[in-house]
Amino acid sequence: MVASAHASPSTAPISITLRVWRQAGPNQPGKFVEYPAKDLNPNMSFLEMLDVVNDELERKGEDPIAFAHDCREGICGTCSLVINGKPHGPHRGVASCQTYMRSFADGDVIVVEPFRAKPFPVIKDLISDRGAFDQIQQAGGFITARAGSAPDANAIPVPKDNADLAMDAAQCIGCGACVAACKNASAMLFVAAKVSHLGLLPQGQAERDQRVLAMVSKMDELGFGNCTNQYECSAACPKLISHDFIARMNRDYIGATFRQAFRPKSLSTAGGA
Amino acid sequence: MASLDSKIPSGPLADKWRKHKTEIKLVNPANKRKYHVVVVGAGLAGASSAASLADLGYQVTCIVFHDSPRRAHSIAAQGGINAAKNYQNDGDSVHRLFYDTLKGGDYRAREANVHRLAEVSVNIIDQCAALGVPFAREYGGLLANRSFGGAQVSRTFYARGQTGQQLLLGAYSSLSRCVGQGTVKLVTEHEMSDLVVVEGQAKGIITRDLKTGKLHRWSADAVILATGGYGNVFNLSTYARGSNATAAWRAYKRGACFANPCFTQIHPTCIPVSGDYQSKLTLMSESLRNDGRIWVPKKKEDCKKDPNSIPEADRDYFLERIYPSFGNLAPRDVSSRAAKRMCDEGRGVGETGLGVYLDYSDAIQRYGKQAAARANLQNPSAEKIRELGEAAVAERYGNLFDIYKEITDESAYKTPMRIYPAVHYTMGGLWVDYNLMSNIPGLFVLGEANFSDHGANRLGASALMQGLADGFFVIPYTIGDYLATQKPGSRPSADRPEFAAAEKNVADMIAKLLAIKGKEPVNYYHKKLGKIMWDYCGMSRTEEGLIKAIGLIQNLRAEFWAGVNVPGSAETLNQALERALRLADFIELGELMCRDALERRESCGGHFREEFQWPDGECKRDDENFAHVAAWEYQGEDKVPLRNIEPLNYEFTKMSVRSYK
Repeated sequence: MVASAHASPSTAPISITLRVWRQAGPNQPGKFVEYPAKDLNPNMSFLEMLDVVNDELERKGEDPIAFAHDCREGICGTCSLVINGKPHGPHRGVASCQTYMRSFADGDVIVVEPFRAKPFPVIKDLISDRGAFDQIQQAGGFITARAGSAPDANAIPVPKDNADLAMDAAQCIGCGACVAACKNASAMLFVAAKVSHLGLLPQGQAERDQRVLAMVSKMDELGFGNCTNQYECSAACPKLISHDFIARMNRDYIGATFRQAFRPKSLSTAGGA
Repeated sequence: MASLDSKIPSGPLADKWRKHKTEIKLVNPANKRKYHVVVVGAGLAGASSAASLADLGYQVTCIVFHDSPRRAHSIAAQGGINAAKNYQNDGDSVHRLFYDTLKGGDYRAREANVHRLAEVSVNIIDQCAALGVPFAREYGGLLANRSFGGAQVSRTFYARGQTGQQLLLGAYSSLSRCVGQGTVKLVTEHEMSDLVVVEGQAKGIITRDLKTGKLHRWSADAVILATGGYGNVFNLSTYARGSNATAAWRAYKRGACFANPCFTQIHPTCIPVSGDYQSKLTLMSESLRNDGRIWVPKKKEDCKKDPNSIPEADRDYFLERIYPSFGNLAPRDVSSRAAKRMCDEGRGVGETGLGVYLDYSDAIQRYGKQAAARANLQNPSAEKIRELGEAAVAERYGNLFDIYKEITDESAYKTPMRIYPAVHYTMGGLWVDYNLMSNIPGLFVLGEANFSDHGANRLGASALMQGLADGFFVIPYTIGDYLATQKPGSRPSADRPEFAAAEKNVADMIAKLLAIKGKEPVNYYHKKLGKIMWDYCGMSRTEEGLIKAIGLIQNLRAEFWAGVNVPGSAETLNQALERALRLADFIELGELMCRDALERRESCGGHFREEFQWPDGECKRDDENFAHVAAWEYQGEDKVPLRNIEPLNYEFTKMSVRSYK
């Protein structure tokens, strides 16, 4: 939708009821608790609405609703709310922090939960632990290039189409919505994005096989499930990363498995004298 | 009185860094593994330094308050990173980048530091390309560039509107490699709460585990702070909500000097404030000024009209009018103040009158016609040109237009964006010498957290450059010069009384905050602080206003410590407590910023004192009395801090009146 020229958005206040997941700690039972939120400016962001509700709770000396957030402009990947059953809320291609109250109607009941998946245990209220993503990166999501060793940046041209496609994949913000949206809690979109980003660039070729094998193996080890081929992941992705990258990763993985098994290897790893 | 020896090497400017590298002490590989370095923060500077030092063989622990190092706010930088590659063949050089940066900073940075920054800028692009950063490329596969403010060459490298994200993910991937290989120990969700100084040297830190509330002691041979800037003193800013000054402030209270705290950057192109519930301001990248034209109506009565209905003759493209040679690409401080002057004259637009237009209609026409010519379209219709032009603009800036649409519900393809200046960066920070070491031996400060390279105003696309320069190419050399003076294995045990005292200091502060149980939430006080800072220590400052602000902040501090209500306990994840601890430091830092602004009786860069201006409203510097760094030294609770001075000796450049006309 394109706003009509210079139409100022409606600022008639709305009131809603929040039904929020409250859980005191990692191994404690949680439950939904209702909070009214009255006279909200519809141009307020969803997180600003939570700020207002929390200020009220703090005034009363009650524990505010814990939620993860930081940049509030859709790039850091910290915010992670399931709003009315959808990771990051009703709109396509945005993070929770870019959801505005104008998306809701006066009198709505809004259900808010944390991202849920076995490898993402809830820490408190709406915050879950996504450290598993870092572990997958640490297993192979990199190009080994120590500072000081790089050739001139223009020494290796990269075809523009490849660079653009690599950038499409590299946009992943590591929020975990793909996992939260998947009934198998699969992390394949996340892993595929990194494998594709680095695999599309000439600089990423030396470690390409090793990378995909290590990252997929770590992903399995951490308890993420398999792809359902239903693409809830890319539908929920705030950067709209395409599930085509999953197919690309699968191709890489199969190729790497064969090459790993049959490629001759030097018996010695020793350097020169 | 602190000793502030800048340790700038002797010799010709262009040789200083090379000469210094060959003269500073080295640590042999067998000894490197005996030294433990704690790096706080994992933005561009933190992640790149942690990875580089680990690759050299040091034991490194990297501590971040986020749940992952990839969340650091470097990720939000949009437009680009400068480097003197001269790939465009347009006359760029290391010297030009050096000169532009020094001039952009209004001659309040160190010559030698800025020259080194320009020298290593070229290595950064090489390093990042090798790490797989998907920079924008031309059809031939070579790297593309665009222009940024304060420069007449095209030297900015970019990855769509997400350059900071891609560079940070590059640095993060290096850090992740080291963590995976076991050469860096990564500790997430820990906030640094105090610095431990043993016998005059930085030898460790105290952290609070944000999930459990437990306090931890970390003993180290050297400590690196890469903890970012302090713009959230203003409450509303383009910073992430979690960005804070606590690590730097606690180091200050342990004796590290805080340099030029009043040098804050107000970025000209942000989305204007809309309501008092607002928690953050969103930047619209400076790169938009490559193609967008900034204007306000010539007549006050046109301000509330539909901008598309205002004829060309009634528009004032004020940056092009006042600064014809730089036009819409005048530096940030200059552009921000010009926008403020237009609004002060009553020609601001939008609901609040605090806004100016950033208009893309000319660019859409220009790109549309070019695209039609490329496609060999004969007599293309106006609609076709518009369609092609919008597509070309979307390719360059699409994500920024999307962000604007999300926030304002308006399409900037159809109607001009409304923008207004907002707090964006802090040039001030902990004082460091040429080796990036503070006046506390063993404490190093990198990236935005230090003060050294941007003077009184930072040029666009230079923050990313500095973060990575410090982490990848400076600290790996300079830290050795200090560690070589420390006996391997001599770092103190965390059982020493200095660690216990620092831990108790933190525990006491937490207990005190939790015991207040007053009436107001933390945000209430943060909003009040922000308003005082914006009104009196923002885009323009006066002696009278600053004196008033210091009084108001002192009162606010007393109110906060008597009236805040922090629910919950210290032993769990407690976000209200985290905010309260950070705000307690922001309040004190806010006072220091006002004090620094008051004492600096001149205007320079982002620091504009109304009493000191040229008749045309530009900054009037006083090089005779203020060509120096003001490095503030803590003197104790409720005592006025000491203002130390490091003179800025310009050996090679003439300090001239900065002109962009």
